[in-house]
Amino acid sequence: MSILIDADTTFIVQGITGREAVNLTRECLDYGAGAKVVGGVTPGRKGREVHGVPVFDTVDQAVAHHGRPIVGSVVTVPPAFTKDAVFEAIENGIKLVVIVTERIPRRDVAQMVELAALRGARIIGPNCLGIMVPDVVKMGGIGGPARDAAKAYSPGPIGV
Amino acid sequence: MRFFEYESRQIVKAAGIPVSAHGFARTPEEARKIAEEINAPVVIKSQVLTGGRMKAGGVRFADTPDEAAKEAEFVLGLEINGHMPRGVLVDSKVNVKQEFYAGVVWDGIRKQPVMLFSDMGGIDIEEVAETHPDRVGRGHFSNLTEVSDYEAKQVIASIGVTGSALTRATPILARLARLFVRHDMTLAEINPLAMLDDGRFVAVDAHMDMENEARGRQQTILKALGVGDEETRQAREATPFELAGEEVDAQDHRGVAGNVTEFDGNLGLVIGAGGGSLTLFDAVRAHGGKPANYCEIGGNPSVSKACGLAKLVLQKPGVEKIAVMMSIVSNTRVDIVARGVIKACLELGHDPAEKIAIFRIPGAWEDEGFKILEKYGVEYCDRSVSMHEAARRAVEKIQGVAA
Repeated sequence: MSILIDADTTFIVQGITGREAVNLTRECLDYGAGAKVVGGVTPGRKGREVHGVPVFDTVDQAVAHHGRPIVGSVVTVPPAFTKDAVFEAIENGIKLVVIVTERIPRRDVAQMVELAALRGARIIGPNCLGIMVPDVVKMGGIGGPARDAAKAYSPGPIGV
Repeated sequence: MRFFEYESRQIVKAAGIPVSAHGFARTPEEARKIAEEINAPVVIKSQVLTGGRMKAGGVRFADTPDEAAKEAEFVLGLEINGHMPRGVLVDSKVNVKQEFYAGVVWDGIRKQPVMLFSDMGGIDIEEVAETHPDRVGRGHFSNLTEVSDYEAKQVIASIGVTGSALTRATPILARLARLFVRHDMTLAEINPLAMLDDGRFVAVDAHMDMENEARGRQQTILKALGVGDEETRQAREATPFELAGEEVDAQDHRGVAGNVTEFDGNLGLVIGAGGGSLTLFDAVRAHGGKPANYCEIGGNPSVSKACGLAKLVLQKPGVEKIAVMMSIVSNTRVDIVARGVIKACLELGHDPAEKIAIFRIPGAWEDEGFKILEKYGVEYCDRSVSMHEAARRAVEKIQGVAA
């Protein structure tokens, strides 16, 4: 049962070259039908690859490369830079932002939430391990590696 | 983190809000000098982080510099709610025509800051809001644009303030809102904001709290005020038990055994993770249990950390049993936590089966964990038993013993 995401949901990982992001990217690609991770963003690291996912300097480069709007982003950028990354995502048309980072100052969170509301985007988080549709797709580190996630989550009729 | 009144007054003054003439004194002599400069009757106010100064006798009046020194000496030695003052504020006693309230707080539901203004200042604003809601003006403001003066004007006008009081109070409330945003405050209050006989407004008291997470990016103002990085500035100092908890957590970087908070019940809690701990703590209380503590274990703590925390809790006076419970975890090894808490019992000369009221941690390596618990006869349950039910069983076990 899909509410926010499904097997076709395209998303990027912001901060993709960080340790946690490298892990969760692998997990998302492995889980269920295999997530459509269409790009990653780490400023200065354009041209690299993380588990086959191309890395860009900016969100707009990732969108241009994809050729059409990208639906979501998983943000694993440190707290001092998270607001900037989320603003960048929202202002480049991303509608579903999953923020993994914790300990972001309150004012920054309030600004992200208000901008998202203005632009019709949705924020899940911050301090969030991600969202998942059991056996289909996940965005974020939720559940861990595919085989552990399979033990913890099974499909059902209620979105939690 | 909390600021002392003398610091809050500095912050408010730097933002362009008029304050009554005052000075900060650490000794009776310094108080005398300030009173001489002010050259008028003064109020000597204890500088502590806790409230209830007036009631405790920490606010005194002095008509002369000599009296100021005498009163300062008294207040400097007066303990209030367990706090000794860092100094005293020597404040000029102004002729107040009317007391107002101006404040800015966060609305956690709307996720926007809100300006508050009342013409019933000098008393608890929450009380005023309840008994005279029409005398408290409120106005939320956007996080994305700088506060414009008219937004403050609307709030003040909404309770019927007009004339020069309106035009004078407007920039004050607007500047308070801007400083709230600029300095990542969670609370910024001026109570009372005094209107003098000639119609001028002056801040006679100020209270500011800054968000802890923002301290890193507010270094300029913190350094200017002389606030050290090591100062926690909490309204309540950490207890020895809590400090010991921090030490257990700091002993290595494997996982977390944190946020140890002291209570006074008989059921020790070794619980996790963050959300799980909150849920479990509430569940224990909902079933009539009396927690001895709160804590958050998580990540993947080492055996020695789990053991250290369990020992700390077990040794707390009044603790009869511990409950070891978490939400379902994918990144905490059940067997390691089991090993740690059993080790703690054994090292203290206790029977684990008797001391551990319940063990409920489903997740990674749980089969190995259950084997260890079975070996020592510890009552455990798996994920088929909810957190609420596990908490109920723990409380039943301990109250059965008490009865």
